[in-house]
Amino acid sequence: MAKDKLMLWGICLLAALTAVPLLAILGEVLLRGYDQLSWSFFTEPTPTAYKAMKAIEAGEPIPGGIANGIIGTMIMLGMAVVVAVPLGILCGAFLAENGKNRFAQFVSYLTDLLQGTPSVIIGIITYIWVVVPMKGYSAIAGSVALCIMMLPLIIRSTEETLKILPASLKEAGLALGGNNARVMMKVQLPAAFGGIFTGVLLAISRVIGETAPLMFTALGCSFVRFAVDKPISAVPLLIWEFFNDPNLQELIWGASLFLLLFVLTLNILSKYLAKKWNQ
Amino acid sequence: MESVTPILEFKNTCVSYTKQTMAVKYVSAAIERNTITAIMGPSGCGKSTLLRAVNLMHNLYPNIRVDGEILLNGENILAMEPIDVRRRVGMVFQRPAPFPTMSIYDNVLSGFVLNGIRLSKAEKDATVERCLRSVALWDEVKDVLNKKGTFLSGGQQQRLCIARALAMKPDVLLMDEPTSALDPIATKHIEELLLELQKEVTILIVTHNMGQARRISSKSMFMYLGELVEYGDTETMFTNPIDERTKSYLTGKMG
Amino acid sequence: MNDKLYKIILFVAALAMPIVCGGVVYALVTDAYDAFEHFGFLNFLTSSEWSYTEGAEQYGALPFITGTLMTTMQALLFCIPFSLPVALFVGEYFKGTKIASVLSTVTDLLAGIPSIIYGLWGFYTLRPIIMALNISPQGSGVLTASLVLAIMIVPYAASLSAEFIKMVPNDLKEGAYSLGATRAEVVRKVIFPVAGSGIFSSYVLAIGRALGETMTVTMLIGNTNNIPDSITSTGNSMASIIANQFGEADDLRLSSLIAIGLILFLITALINMVGKIMIKRARIA
Repeated sequence: MAKDKLMLWGICLLAALTAVPLLAILGEVLLRGYDQLSWSFFTEPTPTAYKAMKAIEAGEPIPGGIANGIIGTMIMLGMAVVVAVPLGILCGAFLAENGKNRFAQFVSYLTDLLQGTPSVIIGIITYIWVVVPMKGYSAIAGSVALCIMMLPLIIRSTEETLKILPASLKEAGLALGGNNARVMMKVQLPAAFGGIFTGVLLAISRVIGETAPLMFTALGCSFVRFAVDKPISAVPLLIWEFFNDPNLQELIWGASLFLLLFVLTLNILSKYLAKKWNQ
Repeated sequence: MESVTPILEFKNTCVSYTKQTMAVKYVSAAIERNTITAIMGPSGCGKSTLLRAVNLMHNLYPNIRVDGEILLNGENILAMEPIDVRRRVGMVFQRPAPFPTMSIYDNVLSGFVLNGIRLSKAEKDATVERCLRSVALWDEVKDVLNKKGTFLSGGQQQRLCIARALAMKPDVLLMDEPTSALDPIATKHIEELLLELQKEVTILIVTHNMGQARRISSKSMFMYLGELVEYGDTETMFTNPIDERTKSYLTGKMG
Repeated sequence: MNDKLYKIILFVAALAMPIVCGGVVYALVTDAYDAFEHFGFLNFLTSSEWSYTEGAEQYGALPFITGTLMTTMQALLFCIPFSLPVALFVGEYFKGTKIASVLSTVTDLLAGIPSIIYGLWGFYTLRPIIMALNISPQGSGVLTASLVLAIMIVPYAASLSAEFIKMVPNDLKEGAYSLGATRAEVVRKVIFPVAGSGIFSSYVLAIGRALGETMTVTMLIGNTNNIPDSITSTGNSMASIIANQFGEADDLRLSSLIAIGLILFLITALINMVGKIMIKRARIA
């Protein structure tokens, strides 16, 4: 019995310890990033290293912010979502409709393969596919990388949501004389909306913090830019830049706090929505 | 009688799930227009399988084979496009399945939407009212037509599903144990409704409830192990069954 | 829209997967070809030289393969003592309770943190601790990278293991209890044997995640192109050498980096495939 108690306490203790890194990371980023957040942090682009150096020498806070990164992230994410969501939903619908045939199983296996592929490799691939032929880094290349990473996540969530819908729903639609296409569009997809939407949110939260694939595709840019065929910045890219540039290190924490809050909010929101829609 | 084509006729209809086993074996029967025909039998006897053959539901599952003929107004449906068949043969399922994302109003009209048929606002309103009235649901829901169908009680949901099927003006209405998920009062309402509805549509109903079959149907089929054992007037079958198996089922000796 | 067109559209959409995956393999193989041709496939795998002095270029993948395996295996070791208790906590001891769902939310959030932020935390918080403890002078190295990597894979291993632990039938457990077994014995003699293969496969998938993890390792492993000679020394993983040098590389070095990418891709694909197959088997059993 004593052994039993010991084991229970051991498990509780070790399990509780896993919460420590989350709190430690949240705490550190919050404490060190909190006083950097100001209006100008979101509206101004990154300062040059020289300007930052001057400010440090004068004992002033570093001017500027991460506007170029936020805009870049939004542009690339937007383009990726526009392609990945419809394509992922159609592909997921294909898997849900043809689950047992050989080709569908092959596609399903490839989806797993792509989902497990390290993001740095997606970066290499996009470099070869997009950056080399276009002869330069660009927002397009970055969004292709993000799109490839989102696809398997959206495919899986669509497929799984469609599969757990009661069969009676599809049958009832077909029994009324609807063809497969209309039953999918008017009955199944609307009923699966909640699950698919949560899946898309989760996919966004997964790729928004990706750094490695953007290093070889979007590259980075120190001012706000809207052109899609030129190098562009992104929030995680900025964090990487700040990390490597001693003059800019003070900006790390504000940018990280922004990214972390954004990602965790998306995570919690999708979890909450999934729970709500399941009732 | 001879000259009138039956609205629905099974001719040596067989359904098999695997190569070895047949779920429905050589069923032949003619269904008369504007009647309620009950299909009875112990679970696993093939009654739902037979019913689902009529609107080609089995086409959804590639490993299921349907052989023989099923004639709808003299035309073999097994050779027809599933969509054309299903427009003329409505179906109501065991569990009420109103489309969860559609309002009551849209649920009634869902058949049109799913068939890509556009109606004017006036036609829509008229259809919704007609169908909901014919299932005696209009007075209960006329003020909440924009609410989701899933807010209704089980019995109301099932009536909504019947209304949805009736909206397409089908020749035949298939019902697969439509009251097994409902309470006794809701069941009674549906039964009364079906007796009214047989004026407009021919009803084929699968039921495990002998009392229900006796109360509403004029003809009955008794199926056992995939075979149609007996088919005839309901009253005769209950009072004077011909086959031993029917007798033991009706007297409760068989599950 | 008629059904034929609908089927064609779905089919075409599904073709995206073979096209993308085929493209991945094709692009990696063609661009890695130079390096393999120049150094020979086996030689490339077994050479530990990585020097880009012009004229005497010599690239081999061994230091990075070793670095990857070392970080991954250590991460796995550090991960088990935490992920297993979490899985037991969520899947058995406090199954279905509020506190269990809080804990799984915590691990979900851990899984959501971007790897660059893990890297920052490792660099600014963990590294000074390691230096202060005199474990290694520069603080970064295989050990530091593995520790953070372990935290990152705990959520994956724990949530999947918990799923299998939950599936252990109640009557088996009750049978053991009725014979007088204690809870610890039930865990060891009933839950582990029954859920074992599922738990094992969840660690295989966790390895799959750790292998390709890039930013955290890049920021913490120390970035030296040698075979790490102890667990505290510095090195580079396959992913981190790519992240570090891809931007500045061209010609043979670029091809060599892509070749390393191809090897990493194949290893992760293999591990993930094995994991998925094992999971499928464990679910059926």
